Amino acid sequence: MTKQVRQLDRVVIRFAGDSGDGMQLTGDRFTSETAQLGNDISTLPNFPAEIRAPAGTLPGVSSFQVHFADYDILTPGDTPDILVAMNPAALKANLGDLRPGADIIVNTDEFTKRNLTKVGYDANPLEDGSLDGYVLHPVALTSMTVRALESFEISKKDAERAKNMFALGLLSWMYSRPSESTLRFLERKFAARPEVAAANIAAFKAGFNFGETTEDFVVRYEVSPAKMAPGEYRNVTGNTALAYGVVAAGVRSGLPVFLGAYPITPASDILHELSKHKKFGVTTVQAEDEIAAVGLALGASYGGALGVTSTSGPGVALKSETISLAVALELPLLIIDVQRAGPSTGMPTKTEQADLNLALFGRHGEAPVAVIAPRSPADCFDAALEAARIALTYRTPVILLSDGYIANGSEPWRLPDVSTLPDLRVEFASEPNGPDGRFLPYLRDPETLARPWAVPGTPGLEHRIGGLEKADKTGDISYDPANHDYMVRTRAARIEGIQVPDLEVDDPDGDARVLVLGWGSTYGPIGAACRALRQRGLPVAQAHLRYLNPMPRNLGEVLRRYDRVVIPEMNLGQLASVVRSKYLIDAIAYNQVRGLPFTAAELENMLEDVVKNA
Amino acid sequence: MPEAGLSAGATPLKLTAKDFKSDQEVRWCPGCGDYAILAAMQSFLPDLGIPRERIAFVSGIGCSSRFPYYLNTYGMHSIHGRAPAIATGLSVSRPDLSVWVVTGDGDALSIGGNHLIHALRRNVNLKILLFNNKIYGLTKGQYSPTSELGKITKSTPVGSTDSPFNPLSLALGAEASFVARTIDSDRKHLQSVLRQAAEHQGSAFVEIYQNCNIFNDGAFEVLKDPQTRDEYVIRLEHGQPITFGKDGEFCVTHPPGAFGLRVRPTAEVSPDEIVVHDETVAEPAYAFALSRLPESDLRHTPIGVFRDVARPVYDDLVRAQLDSAKEKVTRSADEELAALLGSGDTWTIL
Ligand SMILES: Cc1ncc(C[n+]2csc(CCOP(=O)(O)OP(=O)(O)O)c2C)c(N)n1
Ligand code: SF4
Ligand SMILES: [Mg+2]
Repeated sequence: MTKQVRQLDRVVIRFAGDSGDGMQLTGDRFTSETAQLGNDISTLPNFPAEIRAPAGTLPGVSSFQVHFADYDILTPGDTPDILVAMNPAALKANLGDLRPGADIIVNTDEFTKRNLTKVGYDANPLEDGSLDGYVLHPVALTSMTVRALESFEISKKDAERAKNMFALGLLSWMYSRPSESTLRFLERKFAARPEVAAANIAAFKAGFNFGETTEDFVVRYEVSPAKMAPGEYRNVTGNTALAYGVVAAGVRSGLPVFLGAYPITPASDILHELSKHKKFGVTTVQAEDEIAAVGLALGASYGGALGVTSTSGPGVALKSETISLAVALELPLLIIDVQRAGPSTGMPTKTEQADLNLALFGRHGEAPVAVIAPRSPADCFDAALEAARIALTYRTPVILLSDGYIANGSEPWRLPDVSTLPDLRVEFASEPNGPDGRFLPYLRDPETLARPWAVPGTPGLEHRIGGLEKADKTGDISYDPANHDYMVRTRAARIEGIQVPDLEVDDPDGDARVLVLGWGSTYGPIGAACRALRQRGLPVAQAHLRYLNPMPRNLGEVLRRYDRVVIPEMNLGQLASVVRSKYLIDAIAYNQVRGLPFTAAELENMLEDVVKNA
Repeated sequence: MPEAGLSAGATPLKLTAKDFKSDQEVRWCPGCGDYAILAAMQSFLPDLGIPRERIAFVSGIGCSSRFPYYLNTYGMHSIHGRAPAIATGLSVSRPDLSVWVVTGDGDALSIGGNHLIHALRRNVNLKILLFNNKIYGLTKGQYSPTSELGKITKSTPVGSTDSPFNPLSLALGAEASFVARTIDSDRKHLQSVLRQAAEHQGSAFVEIYQNCNIFNDGAFEVLKDPQTRDEYVIRLEHGQPITFGKDGEFCVTHPPGAFGLRVRPTAEVSPDEIVVHDETVAEPAYAFALSRLPESDLRHTPIGVFRDVARPVYDDLVRAQLDSAKEKVTRSADEELAALLGSGDTWTIL
């Protein structure tokens, strides 16, 4: 039969199934095919905290959402246009998020009485009319896959497992995706088991052909490439980009990178990734706990390496005392906090802007550090380089606040020209700097207020440092009241004096009276909401903070330009209270702590109210 | 590894104790055992033959942890209990350095117990000196994890209800490859133990009995008093039968069928029953049995090197992985980086 081809400008697909159904892999492959085609993309995986939650249950549902378009997009999309549900639990868990009239592909083989009861369906939703508002495509994914693989010498289990590739084939047909990269991927993945590789490829093709021949699918869609700046691209998650940024910081500074880390969701992938890059001189140590992890990094920094530690909120809490020590020692140290929902263990796999207060204030004593936050997955690369620049230039701990949303989400990344990345080379002290040939470890650079970095091994510069208050210049132990006052103020001034670029405001027509101020991962949803409002003729300005300490010099002036300032955050108003106390601005805090990113739609609604009443 | 300054103006190696004294005024209580240890260290370091700039002392918090301030080497007085972790980062990233950890019984065994055992199990190339005064000195006299059961201190007015750690048993349980004990007042012995520790590849754990004359005075007096010491102290010497007492009238035997070691009157046993000390016994049970010999009144306290065995050193293992990865590099760092960033599926927009 001939199929209709319809052109779309954007699509949001969600793949959902049991944790064992391979939905993350399916989503990843679809994303890669889509990238090859040149669409702009944003993805959002969502997986259960339990590694192997009981099969077929609601807590066991794992999903992957991908948003792709022929223009540049900012979020993984609020409401899926199509849901692939591999079992009743996946249907039940995700149905509420779909837009009315969305397509739903279900694996009918899993809709047994037993599986339905397991998730509390009294009647079969495929039959009781409850899905009438959607376009339902019942497909016997498992049995069709098994049948397609009858001639292969593989176990029944392996055959059934290939059903995700059947589904991927079907979706690839439906959205006219190129399949070569997936076929190559399967060959690589199952290189050790060629029969399984061939079976998975056959399952993929069976799904593709099924779309082509079945009468249930009458329309095939196309989404044209987006207009993106020329260059070479790849898709990248925030954690990968962050790890690459750390490797790049090592290369561009010429320093060995030393990562101390203790596994914790959602930061562990940074440890995994960096442990692969030894040829760049990156040492990784899985420490006995987070306190040791940051201690290791600080010890390495003392020895002249770029010390890095990666963790999430609970780990930052444990590292607090050592970060204070690093403040006193005035050594470079990079602390990566991939934030997750708290307090305590909270919701480890769910996102939250949980730790701004912790980063800014979570230490004993007057212990300011630089704080910086990436805004999107690809931006993690630049943010890591920038954090390293600050740490190395000003000899200070820097806390980088990523979060679960951008850590696991992905987007296309235009590969930078490596030779244009910042030059981060540093000079170690090599000669005494005092008048009488003495070495003064706390004699500061007049511009940066940084002290010399004199690494052990340098003859003539032997000196002792420590957590006890030090006398200005000499670094000797000092209990002198005036000296302490001076040192506390000078450490603060050093952080306050860090050069950061002015805050830029996006206000295309220049007539907005309302400013939305955000930080970190809310950049996408806020940007999408602002665009939508402007398209409707409602002017609104957007500004997004990368530097949370010190804040851009022009921030106060920017804030005062607007009648109203709105600060949306995935916490209870941590940036809002800082802005209020620092700039005496009556900012409106808009907060949500559901473990999920904002949807563009909810921000648009909220902002519409503010703009209309400003 | 940073090269800056490493080659420039190397320190002449004919050093004396004076070269290792820093300009800081030493601030321990008069009579504190820490002075003796410091003096022993200052006069021992020149013998090491390592230039000053290649030596780093990292300490935690406590009276003992002030140690680095008084040595003219590189030094870091860090935070309570964390010195083994910080020193591990330094040692692993700087194999050219000789890294020493100075810690106390509270610092190493209470707040920092975790870091200590993990440094030992990894066999990081650290020389760890635990100044054991069986008390919290700096915080003015609370009981510590090595204080005896029933100990009366400021925080245990009617006696401690905690059972103590045996630091050497603990270190051996943590797979330590070098374990020794010495005493602050016995400079010669102290220095010989330090020398052997310095020569050991991997973690060397040295417990130093240290007198806190303010809060726990005389804790080790029976080991020092000429009236008692011969009967209380067992001096271990590699390759020698273990005998002690004024005229060697006591010895250590391994009774058949029993698990541990026993002290017996030498006259009552045949010479081949006496245990000949061997630091290199691979099985830690032997050193462990030695570590269990002391009675609660310190009678039969062995001092010397209990164990000195070769085991893969963490620093070397880490470095070998780095080196073998680096060997495969054929391009410049920038080119390697560009290749890494562009790995996986990429596409080009014209
Ligand atoms: C996090 C932290 N907790 C508590 C202290 C207080 N403190 C300092 S030293 C010390 C105990 C020291 O005992 P020990 O390690 O035996 O050293 P000594 O003073 O006996 O040499 C304590 C509890 C501290 N400095 N830091
Ligand atoms: S309190 Fe004890 S351990 Fe501390 S300096 Fe005084 S005597 Fe030495
Ligand atoms: Mg003590």
